[in-house]
Formats: sequence, C-alpha cells, structure tokens
Amino acid sequence: MSAALIIDIILWGSVAAVGLIALRRSPAVLTSSLREGALDFINIVPRVALGVIGSGFIAAVIPQEIITGWLGPDSGWLGVLTAVIAGAATPGGPVIGFSVGAVALKSGGGAPQVVAYVIAWALFAFQRLLLWEIPFMPARFVWFRAAVSLPFPFVAAAIAMAVGRP
Amino acid sequence: MIVIAVLVAVSVVLVWRRDGISGVSEILLGDLALFGGILPRVLAGCLLGAFIAEILPHEKVARSLGPNSGLKGLLIGTAFGAILPGGPFTAYPVASALLTVGADFGATIAMVVSWTLIGYGRAVAWELPILGTDFTLWRLLISLPLPVLAGALGRFVYVRMYPKGDEP
Repeated sequence: MSAALIIDIILWGSVAAVGLIALRRSPAVLTSSLREGALDFINIVPRVALGVIGSGFIAAVIPQEIITGWLGPDSGWLGVLTAVIAGAATPGGPVIGFSVGAVALKSGGGAPQVVAYVIAWALFAFQRLLLWEIPFMPARFVWFRAAVSLPFPFVAAAIAMAVGRP
Repeated sequence: MIVIAVLVAVSVVLVWRRDGISGVSEILLGDLALFGGILPRVLAGCLLGAFIAEILPHEKVARSLGPNSGLKGLLIGTAFGAILPGGPFTAYPVASALLTVGADFGATIAMVVSWTLIGYGRAVAWELPILGTDFTLWRLLISLPLPVLAGALGRFVYVRMYPKGDEP
C-alpha cells in the first residue's frame, strides 16, 4: 500500500469521524457544516487550480542549478543565510524542495546549511505562502506567522552545528 | 491572485519561447493530473475544517488554545499539527477554523509550524525517499522544539503589537 493511499484513508476517515460526531449532535449540524465546507471548496478551487497548474511553469523557469549554486559547498553562517534565502525563493511542491536539498547534499553542501534550507523552505517558501496559505487563512495571520518563523532556520542550523549531525 | 496570475502567465511565455508548444503542453498535462489528484483532498480538507469549526466547543477551545493557555496550549497545538493528516489543503482550513473558534495566534502558529516541520505526511511521503533516513530523522529531531518556540515568540510579539487585545 502506498503512503499516499494511507494518507487518503486517514484523511477521509477523519472526515467521516467528525461528520459522525456532527450527525450525533443533530442532522441540522451535519447539513450546515456540509454546506459550509462545500462553499469553502467552491471558493478555493479556482485558486488551487491557478496555484497547482501555475507552479509547474514557475518551477520550470527557475532552474534548480541556480538554487543549488546558492547553497553551494560554502560553509558557515553566510552559507546558512544564503540557504534560508534560497529556501524562501524555491518554487514548487515537496518534490522540488527536497530534491534541491538532496542535490545540494550530494554536491558538497554542508548539513547545517541543507537543514536550514529545508526548514526555511518548509516554513516560508514564498510561493506556498501566496498560493496555499493566503487563500485559506486570514492574510494578517499568514504574514505574522512567516515573520515570527524567520529566526528558526538559523536556530535549527545552530543546533545541527552543535550536535554535529546529520 | 492577480500577481500570481501575471507571474504564471510570464512563466508560460518563457517556457513557450524556450521549449515551444510541446514544452508548455507537457507541463500543463503534468500539472492537470496533479490538480485532478489533489482535488478530492481539497474537498476533504474543507469538510474537515467546516466540521471542526462546527463541533468543537468554542469555550473549551478558547480555554485550552486561547491567549491564556500557556505552554500547555502551545504543546496541544504542536501535537495537533503533528498528527493532522493530509497536505496544505487540510492544514490551512483547519488552522483557519481554530482561529475562528477562539485559538490565539500563538497556538495556531505552533500548529501550522508543527504541521510543516514535524507532520509525518510530508516526511514519510517525500523527505524520506528523497533525502534519506539519516538526514530526515535528524532534521525531525532538530525541529522538535521549534513549533513551541515559534508559538511562544508569536504570542510574545502579538501582545506587544496589539496590547488592547484587538480581534485577530
């Protein structure tokens, strides 16, 4: 069984579970949340369409070599800083972010720099903020969260340097 | 939305000029397949968010995840983000629902950060095969304290930015 299938089962299982709780409260609660969820879905689909169909093109225009070049084999805090900027600038989905990290590791990038890169990319990749987070959440929260997250790739790199791993 | 649309349009033209119409259609087909694949999950995420907003008792959420929930609230947010199934299409609607039913910025930040950094879905599906077990496990271990720290920093900044307790 593939990981994606397991995730799908857990996901729909959770939906069914909370749906059952809503139904036990009253059928009216169930129908009103169904309507609410369906409306959210209809509102969100055009944005997701633009995001998903667009991201392939954006990723194709920004060559991965440029990003790995930034990460480079250079070490130290300057390397961490460039890794954080590269992480924020990396477009596309999980395959691209992690692949760039893997390429950087193989081409001699330091582990703390790659950790900083992966964490910066996970926390505030610019394209994901715009395409995924803003459509679903209050914009004020999204920018606040991104700003608050800024120090943490550096914290992670510091921990990685201190423990000497990975 | 408009910024992104322009960005996408420019990218399409650049790809077209570089690789011709076959390059454009190849990416388009790949992205359409991806879009079709995640559409049901987007629906599941929206339903999950709506149900959670409806069935969670507001006072209870406000107490255990609100501004005065302390370290415990941040830990609950972190645990919730770590076990939440699905991708961004689940995490963000649910986080948004938490905000509406009375969670504060701090606990919600802990949840979102925990989902991105230590959520198992992405780590198992993508990071493990691409970056390897050793790197992934150490990266996860290093990330463990970060959601609580980010939530705490969020709370710290928030009460100073909005001392009168403005609506989030």
